[in-house]
Amino acid sequence: MSITIETPRSPRSRKSAKLEKYGWLYMRASGALLLVLIFGHLIANLFVGEGIRAIDFGFVGGKWATPFWRIWDGIMLWLALIHGTNGMRTLVNDYAERPWVRKSLVVTLWAVCGVLILLGTLVITTFDPCPANSLPELLPSFCTNK
Amino acid sequence: MATAVAKPVIPEIPTFNVTLFVRRFDPETGEEAKWQDFDVQVHGTDRVLDALHKIKWEIDGSLTFRRSCAHGVCGSDAMRINGRNRLACKTLIKDLDINAPIYVEPIKGLAVEKDLIVDMNPFYQAYRDIKPFLIASDKPEKERLQSAEDRARFDDTTKCILCAACTTSCPVFWTDGQYFGPAAIVNAHRFIFDSRDEAASTRIEILNDKEGVWRCRTTFNCTEACPRGIQVTKAIAEVKQAILRGKP
Repeated sequence: MSITIETPRSPRSRKSAKLEKYGWLYMRASGALLLVLIFGHLIANLFVGEGIRAIDFGFVGGKWATPFWRIWDGIMLWLALIHGTNGMRTLVNDYAERPWVRKSLVVTLWAVCGVLILLGTLVITTFDPCPANSLPELLPSFCTNK
Repeated sequence: MATAVAKPVIPEIPTFNVTLFVRRFDPETGEEAKWQDFDVQVHGTDRVLDALHKIKWEIDGSLTFRRSCAHGVCGSDAMRINGRNRLACKTLIKDLDINAPIYVEPIKGLAVEKDLIVDMNPFYQAYRDIKPFLIASDKPEKERLQSAEDRARFDDTTKCILCAACTTSCPVFWTDGQYFGPAAIVNAHRFIFDSRDEAASTRIEILNDKEGVWRCRTTFNCTEACPRGIQVTKAIAEVKQAILRGKP
């Protein structure tokens, strides 16, 4: 009489988690920075001066005439999009069980994120507050004063 | 001369009727699991486990569940009672809403074998994977001394009874059976922060895995579920910090 002993379960596959670790750190660091950036942005746009009524093309043009706000908005764009996409990626990993669904969703997420960052950065870096041939009343005051 | 001793007045224990809805699954028929209701009369001092015993012993002997010590120490009878993971032997029926039916189902995320019994092997495997034993280089010839402060560092995580209430309350574990789960991390914490143990870095390396501590979403389900009151989420956070530091 012999007893068959089940073969031991295969050990848990070891997968390096360098990315997971840095992802976790990034979420915390960018989260803290975004708190300052977003609330700074909201206060500057909605509270200071005339508040929400002041927002128009001229307002944005005026803001982006200084490198300070371009850098501010640029950092906010990059941090927020990567933060949001990474958050969505963890949700996908939590709920998408089939490997191909998971893979295609994650690839789509990062592709969308990449396109948005590219377009946003393009706008911020190449923005011209005084485009030629526009109605003068739509432009910030410093365009016509020149 | 005999003095009259006043008999202590023991108030009568109230009895009441409750309805239990138990999630039943029979592997022999292979039919989908379904709810079955039982009406039982219980005492005010009874626990959910007593009601289950009453059903098994007096109404339907085929009802299957695990229990060993029946006093909250062995961790055999973790089950989902009214949607929360608890030990049936530590949950007094009077503390639940007795005007509504009590729902009892197996813990989630592990394969159901029969009625309230689940396959605990994946859970134990995660526990084994974190090497839950003292690893020390010197020979065990004399007592390994430790200060009270050093002992207090991991006191909370020594309380674990491996009932799986935390791990099976974790939404990440429900969808990803490969995740180590709170219980394994708690037991790793118990050794990582033990001053007598020398393999903290090994365990840190094991838990710095794709399926390790970084999967934790700090939802606190585990802390709420733990029948021993272990601050599970805090322990996981401490292991995360130990990984970032590279040492306990």
